[in-house]
Amino acid sequence: MLSRTAENLFWIARYIERAETMSRLLEVGARIALIPSSGHGYRSEWESLLQASGTAEGFAEKYGDPIQRNIESYLFFDRDNPSSVISCIERARENGRIVRTALTAQVWDALNMAFQEIRQLERKPRSEIELTELTEWTMRQSALVRGAIEATLLRNDGYDFLNLGFALERADNTARLIDVKYYVLLPAVDFVGTGLDNYQWQVLLRALSAHRAFHWAYGGEITAAKIADFLILNRQSPRALIAAITAASDSLEALAEAYGKSGPEQMRARALVAELAELRAEEIFEEGLHEFLTRFIRDVGELSDMVYNAYLSGEAR
Amino acid sequence: MTDYFNEMYETGKVRAPYARLENWTKCMPAELRQMKQAEAEALFRRIGITFAVYGEGGDPDRLIPFDMFPRVFAQAEWRKLEKGIKQRARALNAFLLDVYGRAEIVKAGKVPAALVYQNEAYERAVAGFTPPRGIYSHIVGIDIVRTGPDEFFVLEDNCRTPSGVSYMLENREIMMRMFPQLFRENRIEPVDGYADALRRTLASVAPAKCDREPTLAILTPGHFNSAYYEHSFLADLMGVELVEGQDLFVEGGFVWMRTTEGPKKLDVIYRRLDDAFLDPLCFRPDSMLGVPGLMDVYRSGGVTICSAPGAGVADDKAIYTYVPEMVRFYLGEEPILQNVQTWQCAKPDDLKYVLEHLAEIVVKEVHGSGGYGMLVGPKSTKEQIETFRAKIEANPDNYIAQPTLALSTTPTFVEEGIAPRHVDLRPYCLVGEKIELVPGGLTRVALKDGSLVVNSSQGGGVKDTWVLAE
Amino acid sequence: MILSVNHVTTYRYDAPMRFAVQSLRLFPSRFDGQRAVRWDVSVEGGLRGGSFRDGAGDKVEGWSLRGPVEEVRVLVSGEIETTDTAGVLRGHREVVNPLAYLRETDATWIDDALRDLAETASAGTTDNLDRAHRLSHAVSEAIAYVPGVTHARTTAAEALEQGEGVCQDHTHALIACARAVGMPARYVSGYLHATTDGTPHEAAHAWAEIWVGNIGWIGFDAANVCCADSNYIRLGSGLDAHEAAPIRGIAQGEGREEMEVSVALGQVQQ
Repeated sequence: MLSRTAENLFWIARYIERAETMSRLLEVGARIALIPSSGHGYRSEWESLLQASGTAEGFAEKYGDPIQRNIESYLFFDRDNPSSVISCIERARENGRIVRTALTAQVWDALNMAFQEIRQLERKPRSEIELTELTEWTMRQSALVRGAIEATLLRNDGYDFLNLGFALERADNTARLIDVKYYVLLPAVDFVGTGLDNYQWQVLLRALSAHRAFHWAYGGEITAAKIADFLILNRQSPRALIAAITAASDSLEALAEAYGKSGPEQMRARALVAELAELRAEEIFEEGLHEFLTRFIRDVGELSDMVYNAYLSGEAR
Repeated sequence: MTDYFNEMYETGKVRAPYARLENWTKCMPAELRQMKQAEAEALFRRIGITFAVYGEGGDPDRLIPFDMFPRVFAQAEWRKLEKGIKQRARALNAFLLDVYGRAEIVKAGKVPAALVYQNEAYERAVAGFTPPRGIYSHIVGIDIVRTGPDEFFVLEDNCRTPSGVSYMLENREIMMRMFPQLFRENRIEPVDGYADALRRTLASVAPAKCDREPTLAILTPGHFNSAYYEHSFLADLMGVELVEGQDLFVEGGFVWMRTTEGPKKLDVIYRRLDDAFLDPLCFRPDSMLGVPGLMDVYRSGGVTICSAPGAGVADDKAIYTYVPEMVRFYLGEEPILQNVQTWQCAKPDDLKYVLEHLAEIVVKEVHGSGGYGMLVGPKSTKEQIETFRAKIEANPDNYIAQPTLALSTTPTFVEEGIAPRHVDLRPYCLVGEKIELVPGGLTRVALKDGSLVVNSSQGGGVKDTWVLAE
Repeated sequence: MILSVNHVTTYRYDAPMRFAVQSLRLFPSRFDGQRAVRWDVSVEGGLRGGSFRDGAGDKVEGWSLRGPVEEVRVLVSGEIETTDTAGVLRGHREVVNPLAYLRETDATWIDDALRDLAETASAGTTDNLDRAHRLSHAVSEAIAYVPGVTHARTTAAEALEQGEGVCQDHTHALIACARAVGMPARYVSGYLHATTDGTPHEAAHAWAEIWVGNIGWIGFDAANVCCADSNYIRLGSGLDAHEAAPIRGIAQGEGREEMEVSVALGQVQQ
C-alpha cells in the first residue's frame, strides 16, 4: 500500500490510543486529588500529571498555576494542546478521512461519530459535564473504533499498521502513566509502603481499568513489586508493557511475512520482548522505576523511528 | 411561467416518462416526505459526501441539497442525446489531436489561429506529442439544457476534469435505498457501471511501453480540496490508489508510487489537478502539489496522463462557438446537439449588441467556471448591470454572452410542496478504446424560485437522473 | 567552423537532499546552421530518464538522483560544426505555431516604456525584417551591457528602466518589444564562442529569435548588435529565460543550494 496510507492508518491508531490515555490520566489526577492529605510537598499531583503527559510546558504558558478546572479543559477540549482528547479525535478522524477507502464503513462511522459527538460535547456548558462523563465517553469511543476494526477490517497490511500504531502508542503511554506515580512520590520517599502510597497505586490500577484483574491475579496486599510486575511484566494484563511490545512485534512479524522481507525493526522488537520476558520486578526497582521507564520510553521511540524509515517514509526500496 | 417547458406536465397532461411518478407523490404526505428528506441528508452526511465553496469560508462540511424528485428521460430522448454527446466528444478529441499536431482546421480557416495559439489553455509543452490512441480528453462532461420537447442545447464542454460524477452515483444509491418500490415500478437503466467503464477507459490508454496489466491511480491535490470526496470515492470504486504528488517520483523514465514495499510503477494517472500544478519543472515552479519531472516522463511515453495536459484548449468558452464546425470538419456529420447562440465581446459588432442588450442576456467570463463572474441580465438590478458593463468595457476579450435560455423545469420538492424548478444536465462521456456513456448524468436544479443558476455554489441542488428502459 | 564545448554545472547543498530531479535542454538544435560531431550529456551519479524532442524542436532529457544528494554535476562535452546562416533558423523542424510566442510572461511583461521604445523604433517601416533589426538596435542602445547590476529575476521593464543589464535582460527586452508590435518572439539559450569582432566570449549566452513572416525565425543578439552566426551554438528556446533554461531542476530537502558554472569553448583546428 501507499506509504502515506500506512502512515495515516498508523496515526489513526496512535491518536485514538492517546485520546484514551489522556482521559485516563485525567481520571488518575482527579482521584488522587480527592485524598485530603495529598496536598503536601512543593509540587501538586496535577503538576506531576501534566509532566507525565508531556503537556506541562504548554499548560504553564497558557494558564500558569495548575488548577483542576483548567487542567480538565486543557487535557480534554483545548485544540492548542496537540495531545488533548479533542485534538486526538479530530486528527484521528482527519487521518481516517484521508484514507477513507482503506477503512470499512463501520470503522469510518466510529471515527466520524466520535468527531461529531465531541463537537457537540464541546458546545455544552462545562459546568454541566462531569469529568467521569468525559472519560467514560472517550473510553467508549475508543472501544467502538477498536471493535469496528476487529470485526470488519480486512486482515491485510493496513490492519497490521493500525495494530502497530495502537501497540507502540500504548507501550509509550502506559510507561508514562506508571511514571506519574514516580512524580507524585518523588518529594516524599518516606511515604513508600504507607497507606497513601498504596492508595495511589490503586488509583493507577483503576485508571488502567485493571484493579479487579489485579486482585484476581495477585490477591493479598498491594505492593509496589506486585504492581510493577502486573503493569510491566505480566502478559495477561492487556496494558502491560510486555503485552504492548509483544503486540507490536507480532504486527511487525506479520508485515515481514506479507512482504517477504524482514529488517532491523523486526529484530529490535524481538529483542525488546526478550528483554522484558527475562526481567523480574526486583531488577526494575534496583535500576530505579523511573530510570527503567525512561529507558523503555526511549527504546519505544527508537522502534517507532525504525518503523517510520522502513515503511512510512516512502523511501523503501 | 408558461414560457418554460415543464418536463412533467405538458398542457396539463402528464408526459409519459413521468407517468408513474404522479401517483408516487400523491401517496406521500408531507410528514413522510420530510422524514425521507431528513433520512437522505443523514445518509449523505454519514458517507461524508460534502463540498466546500471556494472563498466563502463557513462550514467546510456542507452538503449539496439533494432533491428526491427524480428527473426522467424516455429511452428515445436519451438515445438522441447519447448520439449527440458521443459525437461531440469525438469532435473535441479530434480537434485537440489536430491543434497539437498538423492544425488542419486552422489551415483550413475554420478556427482562427489566434484563438487557439494565444489561448492560455494551449500548452506549448505538449505540442507535437501524440498521447496513446490520440486521445486528450478521456472524460468529457457536457452541460446540456433543454428548452422544449425536442430542443436540447449544449451550454458548455468540460474536457479537463469535470466533477460531480460521484453525485450521479450516490444520488442513485440513496434513491434506491429509500424508495425501492419506485425502482420496481419503473424500469430504470442502471448507472453503476460507470466505475468499471472508467477503469476500462483508463486502462485502454496505457502507454505502449506498458507490457502488463496497467497500474492506474487517481492524482488528487489532497484532502483539503473541495472535491476530495469524489476523488476518494472513485478510487475506491475502481480499486486503484488515490495518490498525491508527494506519493510519486520519477526515475529511469517512469513514474513510481512510494509504497510500504518499495517503489511501484504507475502507468496511467487520472489527475484531478490543473495543468499548472502537475510538474514544477514544466509549469508553475512553485507548485507543491505536483511531481517534478512528470512531464518529461509523459512526453517520452512512460506514463499516460488523463485528461492530457493541454486538453483545456478545447473547452474554452471562446472555442465553444466552433464546436459545431469541428463536428462537420472532422466527422463530416451534422451536429446533433446545437450550441447556444454566443456573442463574443472580442468582436466589435457582438460587443455592441451585448452592451445594448445587457438586461436581456447572460454574460460570462471566457475562462470562468462555477457560475462565478457572470451576469444574468433579467435577474439583475440596474446597479449590477452597470457595474458589469464597466467590467466588459474594460476588457471585452474576457467575456462572451448568450441569450437567456428558457431552461426547462421539473417538479421539485420545496417548502410548500411540489413546484417546478429549472434544471440542467451533465452527462459524463468516457473516451478510450471505446466511447461509452452510462445512461444518466448529474441533474442540477436551481432551488430558488425563478432562478436560472444551477451551480451548487449559488444555491443549486442535485437530483437523481433516470433513463427509462424500453 | 568546428567548436568544442566543455560545460560543467555543479550544484552543492549544505545539507544532504532527499532526491533531485532534472530536466535538461542541453542538446544542440538540429538546423542548417549547426551539426553535432560528438555530443555527450550526463549527470554524475544520476539515472537517465526519458528523452524526446518537443514541439519547438528542442531535445529534452530527464535525469534523477537518489538521495542523499550533496552534489549534482551536469557534464556537457562535445564538438559541433557551425555555419553562418545570417541568423536564419533554416531547416529546423518544429510544430508550434509562431502565434504561441505572442504570449506575455512575468519576465517579458510589456509596460508603457517598452511599448514606446518598440513603437518609436518601428515607426516608418512596414517591412518586418527591417523592423526586427531596428528593434534589436533600439534595445542595445537603451540598455548598456553592465554585468552585476541585474539578477536572474529582473524583468524586461526593470532592465529598461535601469538602462543597464546583461544578455538575459537585452533578450527579454527585445522579446517584449517585438511582441508589443505584434511580432512573435522567443528566448534562445546556447553558447557564444566569440563576438563578430573576434573578441573571445566563451560562455553560455542568450539571444532572441523573432518571427519574420516570409523568412521564418531569425536570431537577434541585442547585446552584441548582430544576428546569430557561426559563433553561436543554439540549444533550446522558450517564452522567456525561465522557459528556455538549459537546466531545470529540483532537489527536495532542507539544504541550501550553491551553483558553479564553468564553460570552455574552443575552435578545433582543421
